[in-house]
Amino acid sequence: MDLTEINPVLLVASLMVAATPLLLAAIGELVVEKSGVLNLGVEGMMIVGAISGFAVSVETGSPWLGFVAAAVGGALLSLLFVVLTQVALANQVASGLALTLFGLGLSALLGQSYVGIKPPSMAELNIPGISDLPVIGPILFGHDPILYLGIALTAAVWAVLKFTRAGLILRAVGENHDAAHALGYKVVRIRCLAILFGGACAGLGGAYISLIRVPQWTEGMTAGVGWIALALVVFASWKPWRVLLGAYLFGGVTVVQLNLQAAGVAIPVEYLAMSPYLITILVLVILSADKSRAPASLGRIFHASH
Amino acid sequence: MKFTSLLATAAMAIGLATGAVAQDKTKVGFVYVGPVGDGGWTYEHDKGRQAVEAHFGDKVETVFVESVPEGPDAERVMTQMALEGADLIFTTSFGYMDPTINVAKKFPDVKFEHATGYKTADNVSVYSARFYEGRAVQGHIAGKMTKSNIVGYIGSYPIPEVIRGINSAFIHARKVNPDVEFKIVWAYTWFDPAKEADAATVLIEQGADVILQHTDSTAPQAAAQKAGNVITFGQASDMSEYAPLPRVSSIIDNWAPYYIARTQAVMDGSWESANTWDGIGPGMVEIGEISDAVPAELKAEALALKDAIASGEYHPFTGPLNKQDGSAWLAEGEVADDGTLAGMNFYVEGIEGEIPQ
Repeated sequence: MDLTEINPVLLVASLMVAATPLLLAAIGELVVEKSGVLNLGVEGMMIVGAISGFAVSVETGSPWLGFVAAAVGGALLSLLFVVLTQVALANQVASGLALTLFGLGLSALLGQSYVGIKPPSMAELNIPGISDLPVIGPILFGHDPILYLGIALTAAVWAVLKFTRAGLILRAVGENHDAAHALGYKVVRIRCLAILFGGACAGLGGAYISLIRVPQWTEGMTAGVGWIALALVVFASWKPWRVLLGAYLFGGVTVVQLNLQAAGVAIPVEYLAMSPYLITILVLVILSADKSRAPASLGRIFHASH
Repeated sequence: MKFTSLLATAAMAIGLATGAVAQDKTKVGFVYVGPVGDGGWTYEHDKGRQAVEAHFGDKVETVFVESVPEGPDAERVMTQMALEGADLIFTTSFGYMDPTINVAKKFPDVKFEHATGYKTADNVSVYSARFYEGRAVQGHIAGKMTKSNIVGYIGSYPIPEVIRGINSAFIHARKVNPDVEFKIVWAYTWFDPAKEADAATVLIEQGADVILQHTDSTAPQAAAQKAGNVITFGQASDMSEYAPLPRVSSIIDNWAPYYIARTQAVMDGSWESANTWDGIGPGMVEIGEISDAVPAELKAEALALKDAIASGEYHPFTGPLNKQDGSAWLAEGEVADDGTLAGMNFYVEGIEGEIPQ
């Protein structure tokens, strides 16, 4: 065992990268669920975002356009969910599962000609002087811009939900859609926007995997991150900063356990392998002792005639 | 209970009916652990399936189900295939071993072929490739090419097949470079590109400049390419899209001849339960083009080693070899027997760390 082989600075830097796809997807789903809609299609929207982003950035040579396309791709797929659940009033759980299956298949089809191609890389933030600082340079100022976008988005969602009128309305719709409707708010329209936002975020998260974290296109490459994001929202009690904490914990423990294995620490590998799940759940369950609860209308179908 | 047995009978009846209709064609099913586009393990099995179709044309019908989890789900998929009239089913991952045996009991007339396992039955064959022969060649190149003397190894699950590969690569790396060390990380997945890339990145951050992988996707190749100055080897498939660097060579699984032969055997009625374990010699394991990033002299050595293994002149597990704890395993000139190799659950001397139990 030789712990000195683990470079803590590189470790923190890489855990932030590992956490970002999860954070992006989870923060989008948080907004969706706050509006009272349960969209289980996160995995499908992520993988469609991953391939849309990958394809567009390969074709145009611009990772930025790729991320825009990923957000659009994820949102387009979520539009299908909008039609199913908000227009056709279909069951949200079934529609969400269908969305995931459809997304996985669609992405495999779209991605056929993109296997084995290297995407253009996105320049990392480089502020002369600051990015070269020891320790905090690589941790705080040496990443790609999307990673900062993830953090900024968390802050923005928190601020909007907590301090703005729009946030209040969104929460009202999620808590009691009949009352919100009676007050004259457009429940369906608000939910559609929330779902589209969730789709766009999931798409970004997927593209972060295919463009930055791996970077390549492989069928099924999100490999369950979408499901973890869904669980994370629940364990984080629908609170943005806890989602951030949970995502960083999960990403962090994943990277730490690989580091410990490589350094030859004498902890049985099975425990290390399950530790990301265990530790994240444990911490968030302890935090959620403050009686936070799900939005009251979560998963319920709304129709103005009711 | 009655209701379920009624359902089961109905399902069987439908299965038999469709089976009867499809009698003129031999139906071959494939169960895959990853997507066919993984660029590695499953991709090669699917190439084998396509070869069967190309070879037999109209006389055969193939079906496959991809990304089937190792566990109860696998049993469901196999049962479904058998009910739909498959005559021969290839289950292509180690974790399908018990499900294959269970389903095979229920369908004595259907032939099953399980890859990389060791449990057989009257209608269950096992087949595998001697990947460790290819690992020997990789280890030789890795030992010579590493400058940091640290070789990173991404393991999937601690099963004999993977451990054999680690041992074989290590023995041959040490032979040419007494200072080389292996850092082994267990990913506990066959296919999770993000995790595989993370594992490769971690190993590179801890000083490895050669990455060997026993997982199925090309993600570690991409991670190595991103890091630069790291070499890798294609696993299960050529992964030539990452040549000449980081990928300097590869182990390619060539299942097509075996799949064609076994399908033919079913058609002829000559199929028998067998235990096939072929290596470089019969062509089940191939060594992918060694790229120009490898010095010509080293390339010649590696090819000579490959030829020696192919001809049977050299066995990658030839003594003197000790186990990790220092106890003697093989005496000078002694060659490991297949039984020990098939159930290998120990590291050879020199590897650090423990095998997860």
